[in-house]
Parts: sequence; structure tokens; C-alpha cells
Amino acid sequence: MGDTGAEEVLRAPHALDYTYTRSVGPVIGAFLTGLRQGRILGATGAGGVVTVPPTEYDPQTGERSGELVEVGPAGVVSTWAWTDHPSADQPLDRPFAWALVTLDGATTGLLHVVDAGSSDAMSSGMRVRAKFVPEADRRGHLRDIECFVPEASS
Amino acid sequence: MSGQAPEPVAVLETPIHVDYSFTAGLAQSRFLKGLAEGRFLGQRCPRCKKVYVPPRGSCPTDGVPTTDEVELGNTGTVTTYCVVNVPFQGQAIEIPYICAQILLDGANLAFMGLIQEVPADQVRMGMRVEAVWVAPDELGPTMSSVKYFRPNGEPDADYETFAEYL
Amino acid sequence: MSSPPVAVVSFAQSPQVRREDHRNEVEMLMPVIEEVFSNIKVTKDDMGFVCSGSSDYLVGAPFSFVSALDAVGVWPPMRESHVEMDGAWALYEAWTMLLSGDVETALVYSFGRSSPGELAKILALQLDPYYLAPLWPDPPALAALQARALIDAGKADEEEFATVAARSRRDARANPFAQVSSDRTTAELMAEPYVVSPLRRHALPPITDGVAAIVLAAGDRATELCERPAWISGMDHRIETHALGARDLTVSESTGLAARGAGVDRDATVDVAELHAPFAHQELILREALALGPEVSVNPSGGALAANAVMVAGLIRIGEAAKRVMDGSARRALGHATSGPCLQQNLVCALSAERPSGGR
Repeated sequence: MGDTGAEEVLRAPHALDYTYTRSVGPVIGAFLTGLRQGRILGATGAGGVVTVPPTEYDPQTGERSGELVEVGPAGVVSTWAWTDHPSADQPLDRPFAWALVTLDGATTGLLHVVDAGSSDAMSSGMRVRAKFVPEADRRGHLRDIECFVPEASS
Repeated sequence: MSGQAPEPVAVLETPIHVDYSFTAGLAQSRFLKGLAEGRFLGQRCPRCKKVYVPPRGSCPTDGVPTTDEVELGNTGTVTTYCVVNVPFQGQAIEIPYICAQILLDGANLAFMGLIQEVPADQVRMGMRVEAVWVAPDELGPTMSSVKYFRPNGEPDADYETFAEYL
Repeated sequence: MSSPPVAVVSFAQSPQVRREDHRNEVEMLMPVIEEVFSNIKVTKDDMGFVCSGSSDYLVGAPFSFVSALDAVGVWPPMRESHVEMDGAWALYEAWTMLLSGDVETALVYSFGRSSPGELAKILALQLDPYYLAPLWPDPPALAALQARALIDAGKADEEEFATVAARSRRDARANPFAQVSSDRTTAELMAEPYVVSPLRRHALPPITDGVAAIVLAAGDRATELCERPAWISGMDHRIETHALGARDLTVSESTGLAARGAGVDRDATVDVAELHAPFAHQELILREALALGPEVSVNPSGGALAANAVMVAGLIRIGEAAKRVMDGSARRALGHATSGPCLQQNLVCALSAERPSGGR
């Protein structure tokens, strides 16, 4: 190819912009409907498993999930990671913690964010509570939960 | 729905917006810069000697870099075409119009162009055409520099001369 | 019917760089494909099969894998396939093709340019679209959750992450294709600020543009083409659930299963392991899953911490491992590739200087 690094190459901005519209089915649909009502649902499975968020199947065994049950709205942080620089799409516009939250009554972790002000306020094992967006703004979406907050301050 | 449970959620909409900076690469950049000068610049395969316009920097047959630059003329042949009768959003020209594959003289790859200045029902395979460029001050590194192609009045090309490019 | 044994007989890669902005994918691939062929004096016409791995999302060009074929030259028409995955999975497909006995050579290549787009956003699109992607978590954030879990479980600490990073970047100094290398010490790295705690900058992979290619050959054809073929003694890949919160992030069961499927276990250890661990702590998880002892040389190339072209870095791990068998410095080697968040999917390729009696 020779030495071609010096030659000017043309560049242009290019954006992909589209909206995926996905059918959610009865299980995810029930979970999202629950969020709109301010409730968090999990899927029951063999051996006392309660998968949150619920799936049509047990993620570990593949067995069909049973009844949906209400869990939370508070729970325990199983692991967390602090970010000082949220991107524009992420749930909060200020520093926050990503966390896997095992809600009361659940056996798996829900990924969400914790609005704790400072990483000093975070620890694995801490209790947090879901903070929903105002009812009028809920649309049946994971972001109907605005964030989690440390339970002591909620 | 007054007094009833609201409709369950059936659909999830996920808007996506991703920004990119597209790089044309060396060969295509040369071609695009040629368009800004009102010229068609192709590249020749050193092995099979075919001339590609627009070039991508490689011979798709041999998989080797196309290093020789070749300037092509302004005339070519319609190898095949279609008549567009369906309006669509953002359409810039009136229907019906002709979208054709045009093989520039000396090229071994046809590319797509509009045919204008001739009634749609008179366009035919083998028709000889020439490029009509935008005004010099409107030329840019884009295919839009070529407004369209129009018949140049020469007799039709023999089928055998373009049969390989259909 | 017994399958012929299959070997890596040639490997080539481009310089792995932060931004490849004057060449398109075809122009990046051509010299590498030329090299992978000229190493063993073959041409594309000698290839019975071609398989590539890439993701169109990276540059926002739908079906870019089709135009990338211009870099190979596909006339007369070829037997060809593509996976929207790391090239390591393209190599897996080519391996199965060669095991079938229908063809005896295959070209595998992959290309990945992360610089033109928004990589963190694009990788969020591979997540569960209902439960994970709506939060737009970036790969370092998810990896940091895994790292914290590892610390909480008492399996590692931040200093060990820094030690992995220091060793990788130091080893990368001997790798002419590496993007990031340095001789900074663990203590120096520990002074860096967090990107997403508990991960500091050194524990993250660089954003990389690069391509790579491998030629596989079966049976006697392999020994004709290469003095010391790197025979594939086994290969397997396994995937875990999409539900991140349902996994134990401190272990990699899929890697362990893939290793057993590939015939790598405590009784058949390797001299060299090239592990695709984009985040420093993931090397520790993989070492445990693969039961690698301290005598095993891990990531002498610098690994994914030295260059991590998405869709390419896994194939490069197999290439780097094979290179050490082909140059005689290792008798047995292992190449590993990962995909998805927090080591969700893992592939293990076992390589040997000894020709196996059969393909598997």
C-alpha cells in the first residue's frame, strides 16, 4: 500500500437513528405493567427461586417460570460500582452507583442505580429502596424506577 | 377504561441514536475528490486489469490493492434500468423517473445514476449517455455533483459490449 | 469416519491502534490477508472456505462484512460464511468445516474499528433489551460490578488488578502490534484515579482499531504448509444467561466447561495461555476457571489490556497462542476468547505441537 498516511482522507458525520419496537409478552409485560403501578414483580421457580426481573424461564435451569409475586420495594445491594461521570443516556445526571439489588423476596439481582450522593455512602450489603417516578410519568418501563436510594434516607 | 385496570403493557419502544464519523478510506476519498473537480477517477487492478469506478481500493475478484489511478471520460452506456413510479418520502424528483446502471467508457464496473432529458419510455439498454454536472461552484466530494445522465446522441452500443456487466 | 486433525498454520495481524482513520476496512484487511497467505506461500485460490467475524454496529455500516470480502477477492465464487461475533467464533465454524473433511484449508479473519462510533453505547445494545439496555450501562460499569463482587468474596484486591495490568503492559513492550505498553509499576498504577470504582484506568482495555487473520489446514496439508503446525487438540465454547443478576460474577463456569470440552484440565496443562480478559480482574477469574498454575505463561503478548479491537481480540489470542507453538517456544498452548458483559460467553481453543490422531 506504500506510505499513504499523509494523504487526506474524507470523513463525514453519520448517525443511526431509529426506534426498536418490541413485543414484551406476558411475563415481561406483567413486570412493566407492575412498574407502572409502582409494584415490582418476580417470577417463582423450583427450589424457592424468585427471579427479578422476571423471565419466562429460570435463567439457570431453563424451567418454565411459575406465578409472579410481588417483591421489594426495598432490598440489599449485592455489588456496586461508582461512576463520577454519567453519560447522557444513563438514569441520573449526577454521580451515582450502579448496583445489583436483591430485592426482599427475590433470589437474583436487579441492575439499577443508587442515588447515594457519594461513594462513601455505598457498601455491599446495604439496604436500598426503589424510588419511582411520579405516577403520571410512568409508562411501563424499567425507568419507571427512577433510582434506588439508601433505605435510611428514604 | 374508567374504574378498570389499565391495559397491560404489550410493547417496549427503545429509541436508539448512535453517532459515527464515517471514513471513506483512501481509494474512495480520491474518487470523491475527483467528483469535486468534475472528474470520474477509477482504479485498475494490476492483475486482471479491470477498472473499477467507484473504486474501493481492492479488486473484488483478485483481492489485491488497485494502485493505478485511471481517469474516465464523461460518457457511458446504460446497461440496464428501471422506471420508478412509486412516490416516497423525501423524493426530490418527479415520477416517473429512470434509475439506470451506467458503465462509463473504459470502466469494468457499472454504477447507478439517474437518466433525465428523455421521456421515460424512450430509455433503453445500450443507450449512450453523458454526465451532466452541477454548476462549478456547486461541485463537491459527493455523488450529488453529478446531476444526472442524458442521451448524448450516439448510436446505441451493441449488446455484446455490455453483456458482461448485467 | 474419523475426522482429520486441524491446525493453525499461519497468523497475521495489523498494528493495533487507537484510531485507524485513513483506511477503510478493506484497505486495512488487504495487507494482513496478503501476509497470512504469503507466510505459507498460498493464495486465496488455495482456500476451501472463508469465514469472518465482525459487527456492523461498530462503524454503522449495515452488511459491511459483505463489502469486506473485497479484501479477499471472491471470484470464482467461494464457500464463505460470517458470524456477527469475535473472529474466534468464525475460527470455530471453520474448524468444524474442516473436521467434516469436505475442505482442507480455510481463511479466518476479523476486523473491528471502534473509533468511528460510540463504543460504550454500541456495546450496551448487546444487552438484554428489556432489563439492562434501558439503563445504558457501559462495559466498564458492568465489569466494575464484577470486580467489586470479586473483592467482596475475598478472592482478589485492587492491587492484584494493578499487578495484572502492570505485567500485561510490560509484556506488551515486546509485542510490535500492541497499542498500549509501559513499564509502570503496580504502585504507580494504584495511584491512578477510578474510572468506575473499583476499577482504575489501568484495569480497563484500550479502545482499538485492528484486524487479524489465520489460516487453518487439515491433516497432511497442514504439515506441507507449515513446519510446526499448531494442532487444535480441542475447542469448545459455552454461554451463560443474559440475566446478569442471576449469575455468580466471581466465577466463570462457562470457561471451565469450555476448557473441559476442549480437553484442557489439570492433567493436561499448557505452557502458554492467551486469555481474552478485557478487564484486569477478569484474568484472575479465568485463571481460576482454567486451573492455570503459576508455571503457565499468561498473556505474553500483553493480552487485551494491550489492545482490544472488538471482534478481533479473541481471534488474536488464538493467533498469539498458535504463534508460540509454531515458533517452537511452546509445546501446548491455549487461546481463549470472550464475548458479552462480564465474561458471559467463553471459547477455549487448545493447541499442541503434537499431531493428534483425529480431529477431536
